[in-house]
Amino acid sequence: MIASSRSPLVWVVHISVILLVVLWTLPTAGLLISSLRDKDQLAVSGWWTALSTSSQNLTGRAASPDEQVERDGKFVIAGNLLEGGDSKVSAFGFRPLQPTAFEAGALADIGDGQTLTVKDDGSYEIVSPTRMEGSRGQRIFYTAAIPPRFTFDNYREVMRAAGIGASFINSLTVAIPATIIPILVAAFAAYALAWMKFPGRSILIAVVVGLLVVPLQMSLIPLLKLYNGVGAFLGVPAKTYVGIWLAHMGFGLPLAIYLLRNYMAGLPREIMESARVDGASDFDIFIKIILPLSFPALASFSIFQFLWTWNDLLVAMVFLGTGNNELVLTGRLVNLLGSRGGNWEILTASAFITIIVPLIVFFTLQRYLVRGLLAGSVKGG
Amino acid sequence: MQQLIFAIATMAAGVLACAAYFFGTNWILDKLFPSKGLTGPVASRNLRITNAIRPWLFLGPALFSLTIYLIYPVIASVWLSLHDRAGENFVGLNNFIWMFNDGEFRQSIYNNFLWLLVVPAAATFFGLIIAALTDRIWWGNIAKTLIFMPMAISFVGASVIWKFIYDYRAEGTAQIGLLNAVVVYFGGTPEAWVTLPFWNNFFLMVILIWIQTGFAMVILSAALRGIPEETIEAAVIDGANGLQIFFKIMIPQMWGTIAVVWTTITILVLKVFDIVLAMTNGQWQSQVLANLMFDWMFRGGGDFGRGAAIAVIIMVLVIPIMIWNIRNAAKEMEGH
Repeated sequence: MIASSRSPLVWVVHISVILLVVLWTLPTAGLLISSLRDKDQLAVSGWWTALSTSSQNLTGRAASPDEQVERDGKFVIAGNLLEGGDSKVSAFGFRPLQPTAFEAGALADIGDGQTLTVKDDGSYEIVSPTRMEGSRGQRIFYTAAIPPRFTFDNYREVMRAAGIGASFINSLTVAIPATIIPILVAAFAAYALAWMKFPGRSILIAVVVGLLVVPLQMSLIPLLKLYNGVGAFLGVPAKTYVGIWLAHMGFGLPLAIYLLRNYMAGLPREIMESARVDGASDFDIFIKIILPLSFPALASFSIFQFLWTWNDLLVAMVFLGTGNNELVLTGRLVNLLGSRGGNWEILTASAFITIIVPLIVFFTLQRYLVRGLLAGSVKGG
Repeated sequence: MQQLIFAIATMAAGVLACAAYFFGTNWILDKLFPSKGLTGPVASRNLRITNAIRPWLFLGPALFSLTIYLIYPVIASVWLSLHDRAGENFVGLNNFIWMFNDGEFRQSIYNNFLWLLVVPAAATFFGLIIAALTDRIWWGNIAKTLIFMPMAISFVGASVIWKFIYDYRAEGTAQIGLLNAVVVYFGGTPEAWVTLPFWNNFFLMVILIWIQTGFAMVILSAALRGIPEETIEAAVIDGANGLQIFFKIMIPQMWGTIAVVWTTITILVLKVFDIVLAMTNGQWQSQVLANLMFDWMFRGGGDFGRGAAIAVIIMVLVIPIMIWNIRNAAKEMEGH
C-alpha cells in the first residue's frame, strides 16, 4: 500500500475507479433526480440541467373579456401569466408561428387597435379602444426562464392515480410469505441431506444441484395447466396468492436447500455427536442446535428470496391476476411503460418506488448478500 | 388495508401449518416408536425405525414441492412439446419443424447467441477489472458497494432507468435522454436507439451487463483475496511488473471461479425475459427465446405446444452446464 502510493500508476487506478463508479451510478441517479423534478421541466430538459434555470416556451391565456375594466376611456384586461416564483419572461408573441416576436415589455399590436404587452415579471395588459367581445381570452405565447423546481407531486400522483400504492401492498403480500415459508421447508430438508443417513441421499443432492439451473420457462405451461385444472376442480380461482407463494417456494427451494446444506455440512460434527450421546433426537438437535447456528445462511437465503420475489415479473404475470388488488409493482410498471410511455414524471417516480425497497434491503444487509453469493457460487465450482 | 390483514393472516397460517407439520409428525413418530428411557432390543429396534423414517419426514414437503414445481413440469413440457396447441393430439416433431422454419424463432436464436457471446464475457471482464482495481485503494469497498447496487434492482426497474437514458427527441429539440444528449453535444444526430435492428440488441445487453457486473465483481474479488501471497511475492522477487502478475499469476489461479461466474451469467442470459419485454417486446428484431416462449404461451389464447417446444430448446441449451455443475458437486462431496 505504502509502496504503491508513491507510484503515478495509483492515480490512474483512482481515476479509473471513479470513472467506473460514475458510469454505474449515473443511471440510477438520473432516475431519482428526474422523479423529483417538476413535470413540465422534466419534459423539456435533461436531468443534468436540473439545478440550472431552464428556458421554456409556454402558452398562456389572458383572462376572458368578461373581466375587462374601463380605464381612462379605454378597455383593459390585465393579469399575470406566471404563478409567482422567480420566473422571468424574456419574450412573447400572439401568433403560434411567432411565439417570440416581441421582447418583454414591448408593445405588440394585435389588430383592431388593440395592444398587448407582457412585462418580464409575467404581468400582461391588453388595451383596446372599444369594448372587447367574445368569451375566451387572448392566447399568449411566451418564453420564460424558470428556476429549478423540485417537488414530490410526481410521487403523490403515482401513489394514487397510477395505482402504485395498491401494487406496493400487493408486492409485499407476495414477497413476505414467499420468503418465510421456503426457509422453514428448506432448512429441514437441508439438515436431512447434510447430517442424516438414508439410502439415496447422494442422488437427492445431485438432483437438487441439477434443479438449480432448470429454466423457469420449463415450468410455466405445465403449471398453468395444473393450476387451471385444480382451480376448476375445487371451484376456486386459478390465480391466487396462495398459488404464487407455493410457486415461488418451489422455484426457490433448490437454491435454499443447496445453500443451507453446504452451510450445515460445514458445522462441526462433535456438537451433534455429543448431543446424540446425551439422548437428543435428530429433531431436538435440529431445532436447538443447528437452526440457531445456521442464522447467517438463513439470512443470506432470505435476502436472495426476498429480492427475487419482489423483483420477479414472470411468475407474477403467469400465476397472479392483473386486477387492482393483485397486480404487483413490476407488472404495474410494465403496464405504465406501455400506456404512459412518454410521461417520464410517472415512469421515473413509479420506478423509484419499485426499487426503493430492494435498495434498502441491499444497503442494510449487504454483508449477508455477499456471503450468500460466495457460498452459492464458489463452492459450487 | 383489508388485504394487508389478509396477507398477515395467511402468512401466519402458512408458517404455522408448516411448523405444525414438522412438530406434529415428529411427535407422532416418537410416540409410536419410543426409545427414550427404554433399554434392550425394543429400544434399539424403535431407534432404528425412527432413524429410517425421520429423514423422509424432514424431506417430505421439500421433495413434494420440488416434484410438483420442477420435476413434473420438465417432463410435462417435453410431453406438451410433442402435442398440439391445446395439448390433446400427438403431433410428433411438428412443433420443432415449425419452429426451425419460423423466421421469428431463427431471429431469437440468433439474438440469444449474440447475448450469450457478449453479456457473460463483458460482465466477467468488467467484474474482474473492478475487483482488481478496487483491491488497491482505500475506498475500494465504497466503490464496490455502488457498483454492486444494480444487483438489487429489478429487471423492469432497470429497463425504465435505461429507457430514460435511451430516450429520443426529434432532432433540434432538447434531448432529455443522456445518450442522445451526449451524441448531440459531440455533433452527432440523435437516434431512437432501441429501434435500430441488430444494434438494439447491444443496447438491451448493456442493461444486463450493468446489473451483473456487480455479481461477477463480488465473486472474483473474493477469489482474488484467496490467492496465496507467496505466489505473488515470488513473482515480485523475480522482477514481474503489475500487469504480468495480474495476467500470469493471478488469472491462472482464478480460472475455476471465472468459469463459475461465466456459467452462472450464461444461464441467466438464456432466461432473460423482463428486459426485452419492457424495452421492445421483441419488436425491431430484438426477440429472444424466453420472450418468444412467453408470447406463444398466451398468443391467440395460448399455443401450449409451440410454447413448450421453445422452452425445451432453452432447457437443452442449459443441460451441458447442469451436467458440469452436478459433476463438480459430486467431486466436492467425495472430498468431504
